[in-house]
Amino acid sequence: MEIKVLVVDDEIDFLETIVKRLEKKGLHTVGVTSGEDALIKIKEKYYDVILLDIKMPGGMDGLDALKEIKSRQPLAEVILLTGHGTVESSVEGMRLGAFDYVLKPAKFEELCEKIAQAYMKKSDQDNKIRKANIQQLLRFPGRVFDQE
Amino acid sequence: MSKPMYRVFRQKMIIITLLISFVPLTLLGYTIYYGFAKAYCQRVEQQMTARVTACSQSLDLFLEERKVILSAIAKSGSLSYYNDPSHLRELFETINNQTGGGLVDLGVIDSHGDHLAYVGPYSLEGFNYREQAWFNLVMAKGIYVSDVYMGFRQMPHFVIAVKAGDAAGDWILRATIDPEIFARIVTTAQTGKTGDAFIINSAGICQSPSRFNKKEILAPSGLDPSRFGSSTTVVKKNTVSGLRRVHVGKWINNGNWLLVVTQDPDENLPSFSDMKTEEITIFSLALFAIVVTTVVTTGMSVNKLQERDRELEELNAHLIQTDKMAALGKMAAGVAHEINNPLGIIATKAGWMRDLLEEEAFRNSDNFKEYDGALRKIEEHVERAGKVTHNMLGFARSMEPVMERVNINGVLKKTLEFLDHHAQINNIRINTGFDDAIPEIMSDRSQLQQVFLNIINNAVDAIEKQGTITVETAKNAETLVIDIKDTGKGIPDTVKKRIFDPFFTTKAAEKGTGLGLSITYRIIEKLGGTIRVKSRKGKGTCFTVVLPLTLSKKTIA
Repeated sequence: MEIKVLVVDDEIDFLETIVKRLEKKGLHTVGVTSGEDALIKIKEKYYDVILLDIKMPGGMDGLDALKEIKSRQPLAEVILLTGHGTVESSVEGMRLGAFDYVLKPAKFEELCEKIAQAYMKKSDQDNKIRKANIQQLLRFPGRVFDQE
Repeated sequence: MSKPMYRVFRQKMIIITLLISFVPLTLLGYTIYYGFAKAYCQRVEQQMTARVTACSQSLDLFLEERKVILSAIAKSGSLSYYNDPSHLRELFETINNQTGGGLVDLGVIDSHGDHLAYVGPYSLEGFNYREQAWFNLVMAKGIYVSDVYMGFRQMPHFVIAVKAGDAAGDWILRATIDPEIFARIVTTAQTGKTGDAFIINSAGICQSPSRFNKKEILAPSGLDPSRFGSSTTVVKKNTVSGLRRVHVGKWINNGNWLLVVTQDPDENLPSFSDMKTEEITIFSLALFAIVVTTVVTTGMSVNKLQERDRELEELNAHLIQTDKMAALGKMAAGVAHEINNPLGIIATKAGWMRDLLEEEAFRNSDNFKEYDGALRKIEEHVERAGKVTHNMLGFARSMEPVMERVNINGVLKKTLEFLDHHAQINNIRINTGFDDAIPEIMSDRSQLQQVFLNIINNAVDAIEKQGTITVETAKNAETLVIDIKDTGKGIPDTVKKRIFDPFFTTKAAEKGTGLGLSITYRIIEKLGGTIRVKSRKGKGTCFTVVLPLTLSKKTIA
């Protein structure tokens, strides 16, 4: 199953390249340059992992976008891209539900590793939810099914 | 303020303080002395006036007594009776016995001026006095006291002459007064070493001997009698030699003679030259005490001031350093952030190029190795630049310390473990002197580790090869003190002033960014502590970190 990744960063050169590299790694990757565009994208499609730059110009910065994403796609794991100057914001972001943060300039290997971890977490979550749904579906009064 | 300026300031303070001490004291002393001298002089004048009054009364009484006796005898006797020398002698002795002496001789002179009878030490019988001024005056006035004159005997004397009359005609009874007895009465008015008393006539001629200036009888006195009024008069004069003289005069003998008492009013007034050894000693001791007290207190004040100035200077330097750090921090954050983004792009692009190189078409290219090498260099330098921006952001970041209970000895041990291998390679011995009794403090463990790592790492660099690093901890009343000493090359004074400045480094460009000690300074400041450095060139350096045992409100905030 293809991992779907959304990258949100206002630096177009960085965005283009990182999208290409992740694509080359076999991930289905889409890039947008603002929080507003990201919200449009997640309406269209479900993403497993979202790479979100904290410091973005315009009306919606990374943390605002995070709140919105989490309210719309609670199961999507968000990795924050941050500079040293915004480490505090990243900590705040993790409090708001982000999976982790990566310091820029990030090493590509480190980034891939974080994406993998985030995806694994999300998969676990999905599995748990799936199992819970199945259990709910098969629950009848007076009968117990083997969960396995 | 420089050292010579403090010396000048100290000298000025001492001079001013001494002036402030001595000038009013001297003025007060002088005022008291002046008031005392004035009162003393007035007292002297009063005493002189009293003596003049008493003495003038004695002299007038002396003359009056003799005038009365002679008048009574002249009126009760006759010329024929006293013409007899035996009667005259008897009278002479009776008068002297009754009055206690005072007559030198006694004579009887007829109306023609012929000296008919004489009792006394001279042989004056037969002399004629018709041409003498006194003779004509007594004949005219009836009674007369002469001024002192030489007369036939050629000795200074004065006479009391009384005119009488009987059947034989007018005659004169004349007595010569003993000038010594008279002078003795006058001298009762003189006192002290400079006191003098004498009589002058209306022409200023001495009628009695003066004690000083060789003023014999009949010599000019040098005084102007007209300056003396009818009552007792005080006249002040300065002598040629500059001494003050007070003259008190009173007219006697019906205004014919002036009794003058004169004295130096300052004679018994104490002066500085009259001071005794004990007084001089006490005065000198007091003077010494004032000078010593002034010098000591001024010295203490100036030292205190110097200390305060130094503290102020340190505080100013600290404030300047803090401001500089804050300004540079902001700038560093901005610059690092702006550089980070392009670096990120370069790194990503380089990564993308490496991804592409992995493809077969490129891998078989002739220039594959060149591309690969170039990419490796780009990645290497991006990483290097990244480290710089990382440090800059570390310096600039305003992340509050995460406070937890920290065992400083433990943090130091852990830090030393990191560097142990590096130190061994360079033959550097690490000594520790940890005070086990120091308590845990509230601080940021990782930031403290960074601080100690920076300092000890610098110590290793300063030693280069072979030396000792000593790390000691100790507890003071309210602080923990951590000393990190090395036996390295030391820091020159010019460098020492700047070691906490950001981007200041003496290391090679690839070895240091010049941010380590700036970050250290900033962290210690945030943790509520202080850091200072002592260094001697060629001997080594000692960094002292002082941390508070308890956090201040400011640090907690």
